Amino acid sequence: MIALLRRDLVLAVRAGGGFGLGLAFFLILCVLVPFGVGPEPALLGRIAPGVLWVGALLACLLSLDRIFQLDFEDGTLDLLATSPLPLEAVASVKAFAHWLTTGLPLVLAAAPLGLLLNLPGAAMPWLVAGLALGTPALSVIGTFGAALTVGLKRGGLLISLLVLPLYMPTLLFGAEAARRGAEGLSPTTPLLLMAGLTAGCIAVMPFATAAALRMNLR
Amino acid sequence: MDYAATNLACRRGDRTVLAGLSFSVAAGKALILRGANGSGKTTLLRCLAGLTPPVAGSLSFAADDVAYAAHDNGLKAQLRVAETIEFWASIYGATDTAPAVDAFTLSPLMTRHVAALSAGQKRRLSLSRLLLTGRPLWALDEPTVSLDSATVTKFADAVRAHLAQGRAAIIATHIDLGLDAADVLDVSGFKPSVADAQDPFLDGAFT
Repeated sequence: MIALLRRDLVLAVRAGGGFGLGLAFFLILCVLVPFGVGPEPALLGRIAPGVLWVGALLACLLSLDRIFQLDFEDGTLDLLATSPLPLEAVASVKAFAHWLTTGLPLVLAAAPLGLLLNLPGAAMPWLVAGLALGTPALSVIGTFGAALTVGLKRGGLLISLLVLPLYMPTLLFGAEAARRGAEGLSPTTPLLLMAGLTAGCIAVMPFATAAALRMNLR
Repeated sequence: MDYAATNLACRRGDRTVLAGLSFSVAAGKALILRGANGSGKTTLLRCLAGLTPPVAGSLSFAADDVAYAAHDNGLKAQLRVAETIEFWASIYGATDTAPAVDAFTLSPLMTRHVAALSAGQKRRLSLSRLLLTGRPLWALDEPTVSLDSATVTKFADAVRAHLAQGRAAIIATHIDLGLDAADVLDVSGFKPSVADAQDPFLDGAFT
């Protein structure tokens, strides 16, 4: 499993791996929004949590179709499916690698970009905590979507349609936690709900992903 | 140990391609699959490897006994040859990669990127994975595609060495590998006579 994780990370970082695609999108979005909204720091501060969360979610979507598609096209997925690794393990490792290359950079970039969007200082830790708790769910749910569409050429649109409704709870709880933080209320309830959601997804989704892969490889 | 299939029916996508197929490969023997394009050689091999569960019939061995080599090489252009070999070795828990490297004379290529290999060299690298699996039954789909004649000979030697250890191989190929202990099975005679099931998408998906 560690070998597969290392291989996925190496492939992501080397030429054509798509590492930084999501992060670059996130940066561009957060840099452009202030220009679009105009010179109103107060308004910007109010919409900042929502912008950051929507940006993170779309950045995550952007790289989903690569998770299995490349391995499927060059035959590696067949070989992995016949290897001693159970497909559930392959699914977990792929989701973890996706989180390390997409989710984690977003979490780290969120604080400086929050400054750029005039995010209230009180909301900052809760935004980052929310992203840290929520992005793993985005990765495992997205991996499931990628597994469902693995046989399709350019299944990116279909993945978005399948996965976006499943992303909604994470988005709602995440933005709510940051908003409560900004207004000085306690953000623990939405954060706990989101943590539970993420834990549930991590536990269940690899099995669904593996079942979808088996179906698509037949 | 014999590797046998009894009354096997295999499906590719939503179509049953083979039915009523039986064979037995004794240890130390090879089975050569023949048949026209589309007659079901790949379908049979994918079924043996456990990628598509058989629609009917039974196999006397588990999918974990089978080392499958597909048409596609399953190589990553961005990885080096040595990294590729190490990756598969750790997936299969193989500690010694030297036999795999030597059997296909890969040592001069070890530091190269896969993207910089020729088609035949990629094929050699892909086949070297078989020796890392340590599995007793090789299921090979057109293994000699894009290999030159000298490498085909080397490949046949590797198969012979594998068979000499009391193991077996099932190979879909159109050329004569010159294996002594080989039976030939023509799969084109096993067309299904029954209609396909109503819902092939979900059929058997949860078994």
